[in-house]
Amino acid sequence: MYSFNYHRPDSVDAARQLFEQAEDGIYLAGGQTLIPTMKQRLAAPSDVIDLASIRELRGLSVEGGTVRVGALVRHAEVAADADVRRALPALAALAGMIGDPQVRNRGTLGGSVANSDPAADYPAAVVGLGATIRTSSRSIAADDFFQDLFETALTPGEIIVGIDFPVPRRAAYRKFPNPASRYAVVGVMVAEFDGGIRVGITGAAGCAFRGTALEQALAERLDPAVVEQVEVPDAGFNSDLHASADYRAHLVKVMARRAVEDLLQR
Amino acid sequence: MTEAAAVGIGASVRRKEDVRFVTGKGRYTDDINQPGQLYAVFLRSPYARARIDAVDAAEALAVDGVAAVLTGRDMADDGLGDLPCGWLVKQADGTDMVSAPHPPLAHSVVNYVGEPYGVVIARELEIARRAAELVETEFTEREAVVDPDRAMHSEDIHEGVVGNLAYRWTLGEQAATEAALAGAAHVVRLDLVNNRLIPNAMEPRAAVGVYDPGSGDHVLYTTSQNPHLERLVLSAFVRVAPEHKLRVVAPDVGGGFGSKIFVYPEETTVIWAARRLGRPVKWTAERSESFLTDAHGRDHVTHAQLGLDADGRFVGLKVETVANLGAYLSLFGSSVPTYLYGTLLAGQYRTPNIFVEVHGVYTNTVPVDAYRGAGRPEATYVVERIVEAAARQLGRNPAELRRINLIRPEDFPYQTPVALVYDTGNYQASLDRALALADYAGFPARKAEAARRGKRRGIGLSCYIEACGLAPSKLAIQLGAGVGLYESGEIRVNPTGNVTVFTGTHSHGQGHETTFAQIVADRFGVGIDDVEVVHGDTGRVEFGLGTYGSRSLAVGGSALMKAADKLIAKGCRIAAHMLEAPLDAVGFDDGRFRVRDSNQSLGFGEVAFAAYVPANYPEDLEPGFSEKAFYDPENFTYPAGTHIAEVEIDEDTGVVELVSFVAVDDFGNLINPLIVQGQVHGGLAQGIGQALYEQGIYDDWGQLQTGSYMDYCMPRADHLPDFVVDTTVTPCTHNPLGAKGCGEAGAIGSPAAVMNAVTDALGREDIAMPATPEKVWRALAGR
Amino acid sequence: MKLTLTVNGDAHTLDVAPNTLLVDVIREHLHLTGTHVGCDSSQCGACTVHLDGRAVKSCTVLAGQAAGARVVTIEGIGGPGRLHPMQEAFRDRHALQCGFCTPGMIMAAIDLVRHGDGLDRQSVRRGLEGNLCRCTGYHHIVDAVMDAAAATRDATAEVGHD
Repeated sequence: MYSFNYHRPDSVDAARQLFEQAEDGIYLAGGQTLIPTMKQRLAAPSDVIDLASIRELRGLSVEGGTVRVGALVRHAEVAADADVRRALPALAALAGMIGDPQVRNRGTLGGSVANSDPAADYPAAVVGLGATIRTSSRSIAADDFFQDLFETALTPGEIIVGIDFPVPRRAAYRKFPNPASRYAVVGVMVAEFDGGIRVGITGAAGCAFRGTALEQALAERLDPAVVEQVEVPDAGFNSDLHASADYRAHLVKVMARRAVEDLLQR
Repeated sequence: MTEAAAVGIGASVRRKEDVRFVTGKGRYTDDINQPGQLYAVFLRSPYARARIDAVDAAEALAVDGVAAVLTGRDMADDGLGDLPCGWLVKQADGTDMVSAPHPPLAHSVVNYVGEPYGVVIARELEIARRAAELVETEFTEREAVVDPDRAMHSEDIHEGVVGNLAYRWTLGEQAATEAALAGAAHVVRLDLVNNRLIPNAMEPRAAVGVYDPGSGDHVLYTTSQNPHLERLVLSAFVRVAPEHKLRVVAPDVGGGFGSKIFVYPEETTVIWAARRLGRPVKWTAERSESFLTDAHGRDHVTHAQLGLDADGRFVGLKVETVANLGAYLSLFGSSVPTYLYGTLLAGQYRTPNIFVEVHGVYTNTVPVDAYRGAGRPEATYVVERIVEAAARQLGRNPAELRRINLIRPEDFPYQTPVALVYDTGNYQASLDRALALADYAGFPARKAEAARRGKRRGIGLSCYIEACGLAPSKLAIQLGAGVGLYESGEIRVNPTGNVTVFTGTHSHGQGHETTFAQIVADRFGVGIDDVEVVHGDTGRVEFGLGTYGSRSLAVGGSALMKAADKLIAKGCRIAAHMLEAPLDAVGFDDGRFRVRDSNQSLGFGEVAFAAYVPANYPEDLEPGFSEKAFYDPENFTYPAGTHIAEVEIDEDTGVVELVSFVAVDDFGNLINPLIVQGQVHGGLAQGIGQALYEQGIYDDWGQLQTGSYMDYCMPRADHLPDFVVDTTVTPCTHNPLGAKGCGEAGAIGSPAAVMNAVTDALGREDIAMPATPEKVWRALAGR
Repeated sequence: MKLTLTVNGDAHTLDVAPNTLLVDVIREHLHLTGTHVGCDSSQCGACTVHLDGRAVKSCTVLAGQAAGARVVTIEGIGGPGRLHPMQEAFRDRHALQCGFCTPGMIMAAIDLVRHGDGLDRQSVRRGLEGNLCRCTGYHHIVDAVMDAAAATRDATAEVGHD
């Protein structure tokens, strides 16, 4: 790892100030992606600003129709939280599938979402549930948040404070894990709201996105068989050692179908 | 007596070494620190093939804390020699194989990504890392040769190695085999790829070099499976230091699986640099370096033909293989696809005509050498895939087709057409036991039940043979081996009656500290805690060839048995003198020297004490109670068995789930059944990993695509099922323990069993290992 | 930078560079070499320790992040002569061979048993997905964790009667 200055501010404002002052600052949440990246010398920030002591980034609650998760809430906490498991079991289940137990004990929602790794699980939930990302300066709708490979709507220095997940009638997440890394080759969140169906897809392309064709078809009839009729073109899909684009497109349909099956059981 | 029985031969004793391992008190190479030590970071080639034009280290040397930047040129100027290949294979035309020079640090050209050409040494690791980035090296990149199948038609990598061919090697009768195939009622043909594997012992390689300018002594702590061989190569070939001035210590070593047999550039550099700088030098591989530079395994492309007569009897087997040897011939790289492969192609069968032709080729990839099983998994994969395919093509039951071709118990000793003489075995017994444990007969019902759940179920057999405890020395040396194949053992009984055992084998997970103690405790009737096993230090153990090829118990254990016999013979002389009895009336059993037909006896400890305090002692006998022995086996041992895999395939995703795995193995006599079970389990995991998960992949430019655990799929706990393992026993006929060796069987038998199950479920043979979900999905979808 | 943390019950104040990892603090500064480093991509789990009561990969925690925290390493759960039930179970079941992954595996397994309900063999396998072992094929490791889980249940049940 290259050398850097380490800071641990206790407020969002202090963190932002440190970021402004730094030559090349970076925020540290759980560190499960950032630290390996720095160890491989692929990132060389001048200043690492650890958000761990900022209280307002914590907290996990279910209020009315919303699951509010602080940016620094760890995956293991979401997976184990009784209220989340009751209100939005698909979200708890998703959190319980991220990485491995040690990663879930450190990794955070905010860190995962801010990084926008194309194979991360949480973005499927953010998109699939139509969540709102609360930041240090504004609220961002899920549909506007993920922009490309490791690119989000966050501006330099902007900090995710928390994410609000609307509670759907029913939802389910299915993941096809990369057997080596445990990241998602493809992950699909299907959620049924009063107003319709949302489908969030991760792993398949540069960043998480909505499966609009699937949404429309499933809105007409919420039935696993419907998925077979939907075309999932593989244009722009990732193609790597673990899955070619056409296989990924196929997996999107399989995972979507299975998510619908699970959802109908709920 | 009962207590002795509970720790002696055949008892599942808890391992002695485990107390230190479960409490974090193991002492691995990276745990060793020396006062004033410096840290080494290697300069590695980013190209698969390039000329080194210039190395400019000025900026790196200017960094505070950098002690030196040394290059391959410095090493060559210091007169160090090349890394040798230890087995000179004779080609089919009688000429020697073509061995390309392999300098420990490259000085003119680099031939694989990750090849070291220099080293930065600094006060702190982080300083060395930073300085290494400041070294500016100019390369002229050249076109890489990556695909072994095309290597013979590509540009020559090494000057003088025409067509990148290290050797063309054959074994068996070509004309007779081709005639048998021509006359066969059926000929089954199969193209097979044995995928490249990356060993991945969990402890990365490491080395600490220490030089004492006062005495001229060198000490090298390193992750080695065979410290004496390391010392021999470093002194005799590389000429780092004379043998008597070099001590090599392999402390606790975190797994090897073959990859730590070989002498690598890094430890060579570390001990050389320690002398040059007069300071201890330490290097520990990062995992990404392990992926790039540990010798890889397997990597064969094979075409095989099996001829059968109208009754299904095998009449001939012809095998043509291209073996990827990598950029240089690693220490035993040449022997793996030849003497450890071609010789095993008879398998368990009475196939009368066998011919094998191997082209060993150079490519711009890291050297390929022995990895758990080494040649024998490749041979088993060929034989057992084609036999299963034959059964399917002929509409025969795969178990029964095998059965009519098996070597029968009455056929032993059995001379195969590919040089080996199997001493003993009972292949029917292990086949029958495995079929029963797997409920082979009940498979159709399980298949139908799975189909109702939308799953495709398949079953596959593998009846493997292996040859362990490479031997005998004389024959192997005639065939090109550069070292003997014996093992040493020494037993020192201390004056107080407890025992220190020295073995030239090395334990890096195998549990020798327990099993060897069991052997000695059993023989002498002493407690297992009164026996300490010492290994892994050339300064303490006289000589040894280390641990590889499942040899330690059969060869190293036998050496200890020989030494024990000598001690008992000496003890009988001492006892006869002390008890005033004729020597031929004195025997040893149950821990006491006894005079036959009398109640006179002496305890083992009493005799030991007398040997060191020789008050009442034979005049013509030397004092002391310590003996050593070298044991050179007269033949290989031949473990064999049957493995049966059952899989279910999810048609939607192509995921293969291994739902059951049965292994029935004949390892001869067992010393510690629990440890044997562990060895089998571990081998199975590696073989199943090969079949379903693991593959080292280089791209067309020779860049390793699977260079981390993010991309190279190591089997995890949830990838594997519970295993069903059992043993049958036919004792080895030619060693005193009747033991055959169990370290590799799991990795040898299982890939074919799994792939036979996968191909059974798929209904087609043309899928290569590893059977990843995408490949299986494509096979199912016909894409 | 200066930081204070508790390791195996002892408070330590150290002066380390900001780019120091927790595992380096443990191995290099405190000389507790039972915690191992097996990879550089946060996958193998050999470096697993408990940080404020939960299993984490100490190669993926900065020293600064552990400031003020309670760290427990393999040396802190039991030593020769006073083995932790999980250590004992690993030994009884031959759940280790080369021993390199073992400390991390044991630390992960303790966390799994402590926080996992109704463990069966399959959930133990899933619960150990953050730890690689190349020697054992995991079968005996699962045996050991099941044993330790049962022993823990029994011990808890006994306490419950008091």
